[in-house]
Amino acid sequence: MSEIILEAKNICKDFHDPVTIRVLNNINFSINKGDFVSITGKSGCGKSTLLYILSTMDTDYEGELLIDNVSMNEKKEAQLAKVRNEKIGFVFQFHYLLNEFSVLRNVMLPGLKLGKYSEKEVEARAMDKLKMLDIGHLAQKSVNQISGGEKQRVAIARALINDPHIIMGDEPTGNLDKKNSEIVFDIFKKLAEEFNQTLLIVTHDQNFADRTHRTIEMEDGRILNSKANAFNS
Amino acid sequence: MNVKLIFSIAKSLLLARWKQTLVAAIGVTFSITMFITLLSFMTGLNDLLDGLILNRTPHIRLYNEIKPNVNQPLNLATNTEYQHNFISSIKSGNSRQEIYNYAAITEVLKKDERVLGYSPKIIAQVFFNDGAIDITGIVNGINIEDESKLFHFNEYITAGNASDVEKLSNSIVLGKGLADKLLVNIGDVIQLTTSKGERFPLKVVGYFQSGLQEFDKTQSYASIATVQKLLGKPSNYVTDLQVKLKDIKAAPAVTKEYARLFNTDAEDIQTANSQFETGTFVRTLISYAVGITLLVVAGFGIYNILNMMIYEKMDTIAILKATGFAGKDVKRIFIVIALSIGFFGGMAGLLFGFGLSSIIDQIPFNTAALPTIKTYPINYNPMFYLIGSVFSLITTYFAGWFPACKASKIDPVIIIRGK
Ligand SMILES: Nc1ncnc2c1ncn2[C@@H]1O[C@H](COP(=O)(O)OP(=O)(O)O)[C@@H](O)[C@H]1O
Ligand SMILES: [Mg+2]
Repeated sequence: MSEIILEAKNICKDFHDPVTIRVLNNINFSINKGDFVSITGKSGCGKSTLLYILSTMDTDYEGELLIDNVSMNEKKEAQLAKVRNEKIGFVFQFHYLLNEFSVLRNVMLPGLKLGKYSEKEVEARAMDKLKMLDIGHLAQKSVNQISGGEKQRVAIARALINDPHIIMGDEPTGNLDKKNSEIVFDIFKKLAEEFNQTLLIVTHDQNFADRTHRTIEMEDGRILNSKANAFNS
Repeated sequence: MNVKLIFSIAKSLLLARWKQTLVAAIGVTFSITMFITLLSFMTGLNDLLDGLILNRTPHIRLYNEIKPNVNQPLNLATNTEYQHNFISSIKSGNSRQEIYNYAAITEVLKKDERVLGYSPKIIAQVFFNDGAIDITGIVNGINIEDESKLFHFNEYITAGNASDVEKLSNSIVLGKGLADKLLVNIGDVIQLTTSKGERFPLKVVGYFQSGLQEFDKTQSYASIATVQKLLGKPSNYVTDLQVKLKDIKAAPAVTKEYARLFNTDAEDIQTANSQFETGTFVRTLISYAVGITLLVVAGFGIYNILNMMIYEKMDTIAILKATGFAGKDVKRIFIVIALSIGFFGGMAGLLFGFGLSSIIDQIPFNTAALPTIKTYPINYNPMFYLIGSVFSLITTYFAGWFPACKASKIDPVIIIRGK
């Protein structure tokens, strides 16, 4: 039995606006180190809501969340920020890079915040990540000068900078064309298979989901089933 | 922690919105410039006006007032517990105006550490004879050297030479207004009559102009010896002893002490000229009030611009938070932004304020009343610059505080979901 990286225990969430609706109902699952997991389900079934809770950004829920077997429930805002910084890399549907900074600087920022390496080292590491994703030549460009697909790869490089325990993505290919989606999927696959990187990706692209190692299917705030996929791609 | 990172993010955000930043900074620059200029000019003016009187006024004046004896003989004879005397129409006794024990007092003054210097004076009421008309006036017998050293007497001499009064016997320096009334020029001889009825000829050796017209119409100065001769008094006759202290604030206390010690009347500068202090205080207060108001207005400008910036930078803040920046980091970033606007705007304001006051310092300002003043007065007190920079930082800090708190509380989920 391999090491558990993330565990959700009886997670429930209600929205109270305008009337109380249960959006997540008793979510239980765990993710092991090296897993490449996808979450699928119809639009509005609560995938994003779940992911924001798992990423520690949303703290307004019932149940328990464990990351590296440590409960997140008692942690304060600043401690959760530290957890996100150290252990979680997040990739959004819309790339969400900071326009005020160059591509390289965008990748470096979480690394500088972590403060584990000197600025020089962080820069070298950021360069490595960019090169690994074949976008080393964009390092000095401004964010406005690169394409959507490239932006998403920069965002992945940023998610990787602190060697996170898990990378989470909320429809990271949702906004990309076929070709770029394929590139992003290949990157995830390579990360999982060559670097043993743990990944948890929300998607409603069934083709994408089928090619991950495990798919969790959601419906109306519940987990419908969780099945391992054949290693076929 | 991570100070360098916070500064670098703040810098990037600032530069990305450099036009707004500039507008905010110009607001601060403007108010600090006005603050410095206003205070420098106002206090310069204050010092000038105060100097007009205070420079020439002794900190302590020792004299003997003509007044009735406090210990009336009737009271000495019959004052008991059961009796109170009401005495009406008391007359002043034959008291002398001169200071007793002049020599002994000066010995004490010379030894007193607190005393900067002293200068004796005789005040004599006279009539200046101008043909058939007599003009009342005052001859002040002074020691020119002491008077110049302590009370800047020589600075007010506009024609002639002050030291001639000492060198030539029977010479006099007239107030400009008085000289004009008497129609005399330097070198002319005037006649004056003392209160005892004796006539004296005196040679005019100079004019002085104090800046106070009424004063100049009645006052004149001669040497102590000359006035003693006018009054027919011996060479130890002095009616006033003017003392200047090292610290003007000590005057009331020292005055009380001297009055007791020397058994004379004594008056301190604060009592004699209380209206000047009030005027100075009010003018300074107004300058500070205007300066601080300007700063507060600039503060609101910064507040607005930061609020706008935070509104525009919601995404940035959400991403910073999602990637591991805590609320307090975000807050620091925005406070650093506010403080740098305050710092650079304030620095520029200090420079411009210095420049503007130097320019005002060059503008000619000639007035008959103030012969020694050639340009508008400016006080370059470094204190104003210190207060200005501290205030610019404090106001921008507070202006940044609320937007920064708001930024730190932004919930990244709402922003990211909102797209
Ligand atoms: N702030 C909110 N207030 C009320 N309801 C919300 C809010 N955010 C999301 N929801 C509702 O929660 C449900 C789940 O949303 P979401 O997690 O975004 O779904 P998904 O990502 O699976 O498409 C939806 O029905 C949505 O309308
Ligand atoms: Mg969603």
